[in-house]
Amino acid sequence: MKALKCRECGREYPLAATHVCEFDFGPLEVLYDYALIKKSLTRATIESRPHTMWRYRELLPVAEGPTVGTQVGFTPLIKADRLAKALGIRELWIKNDAVNYPTLSFKDRVVSVALSRAKELGFTTVACASTGNLANSVAANAASAGLKAYVFIPSDLEQGKIVNSLIYGAQVISIKGHYDEVNRLCAEIAGKYGWAFVNVNMRPYYAEGSKSMGFEIIEQLGWRLPQHTVVPMASGSLLTKIHKSYQEMSKLGLVAETPWHMHGAQATGCNPISQAQKAGLDFFKPVKPNTIAKSLAIGTPADGFYSLKVMKESHGHAEDVTDDEIRDAIKLLAECEGIFAETAGGVTVGVAKKLIASGKIPAKDSAVLCITGNGLKTLDAVTGHCGQPREIKPSLREFEALLAAEKQSPVTA
Amino acid sequence: MAAKVRIPTPLRKLTNDEEVVEVNPGTIAGTIAELQTRFPGIKERLLDENGGVRRFVNVYVNEEDIRFLQNQDTPVKDGDEISIIPAIAGG
Repeated sequence: MKALKCRECGREYPLAATHVCEFDFGPLEVLYDYALIKKSLTRATIESRPHTMWRYRELLPVAEGPTVGTQVGFTPLIKADRLAKALGIRELWIKNDAVNYPTLSFKDRVVSVALSRAKELGFTTVACASTGNLANSVAANAASAGLKAYVFIPSDLEQGKIVNSLIYGAQVISIKGHYDEVNRLCAEIAGKYGWAFVNVNMRPYYAEGSKSMGFEIIEQLGWRLPQHTVVPMASGSLLTKIHKSYQEMSKLGLVAETPWHMHGAQATGCNPISQAQKAGLDFFKPVKPNTIAKSLAIGTPADGFYSLKVMKESHGHAEDVTDDEIRDAIKLLAECEGIFAETAGGVTVGVAKKLIASGKIPAKDSAVLCITGNGLKTLDAVTGHCGQPREIKPSLREFEALLAAEKQSPVTA
Repeated sequence: MAAKVRIPTPLRKLTNDEEVVEVNPGTIAGTIAELQTRFPGIKERLLDENGGVRRFVNVYVNEEDIRFLQNQDTPVKDGDEISIIPAIAGG
């Protein structure tokens, strides 16, 4: 790490807990010494290290190495042949962060970086504003690191995500409002207390953790870049950071630079970025979210502007899907690949289906779908939509009657 | 009575560390002009060269984003609370 730099005006700042440019409020980003990294970081070095996201540690913003979340990452990249056939594409891969360690979402990547850096900077209390997954990850990783945690969530979150924060002993503050309102409050709180707010004053470090998902995709594909990557968008940060990971590995000569396309997925009930992309705009209009994909329900996406830029530069597209399409896609992924994703995963698969059907992702190409969270956390969204168990007495006769009835009218649900 | 503007940390150097500043009623555009008179330099932090609110600055009147109201024409009344907040990532 060399410094923090404003993405808007280029002013540089010291590597402290600060996230916006004092001049224009532009987001600050970590600057690296790529010339130095290039000298030491090779494929062989990376391959010799443990299978975690920290095998790419030179490209992650901690000074002394990780101290929190040392086991995070290196989730499976699955060749999804059955789903490929269902969606009508030659080759399809699922990057499955639904089984990321320890809290079953990609957020463990960003939190391990943010908390490792927070400890380096001397913080003892950490906090976040969250649509659920981030709260779970901050709560769990803070517990294991012995840090005090405050997590702020919108009050309408899924029960699974609330319990998944409380269990670790975190202070869970439920705000009567949607995420954008939680965020606004947290911005004001962060200015007042000396806490490491992972997505506020720690954001430059936090956000970089997402790059590890992209590094892993490249390595797991056999050190090549995917042609198409479909990424769910809430604030839009993950899409821009996976793009950055592809740029960095190309720049460092770790992968041959072949063209890649970044595609963004949103829910129709919260689609400020995809709406703008489809209308050909380079700015978005905030919306009030109303979707079952609560983890993506950010109406004022902080990285919306940069996501639009990345999609434009990489000749990618954005699309959005309705609540019914999200549920159908969750089922399709589960039935084809045995992967149970949360609602955001339904958004990604549903959008991929649309982009392939419209030819925006050509059927002859290869694509990677980023699944970012686990379906067990959003059971509410699909309960009642995936059939019911059929109850019988413990009697062979009743079971055979059930099978006979099934033969006459097959159950498809 | 007057309206109150909550000043975010990055701008407090300009307001001599004042966290809350009282302004006269009017519109958001008027509020920004008044702030500029009292704290020279604050306007260019909030507005871009075309006079629009910078893309990473969010302005709220009574907790509502002015982009859902009338942008800079949004009325400011006695007792209103105005917040100026940088965009935040997360999820």
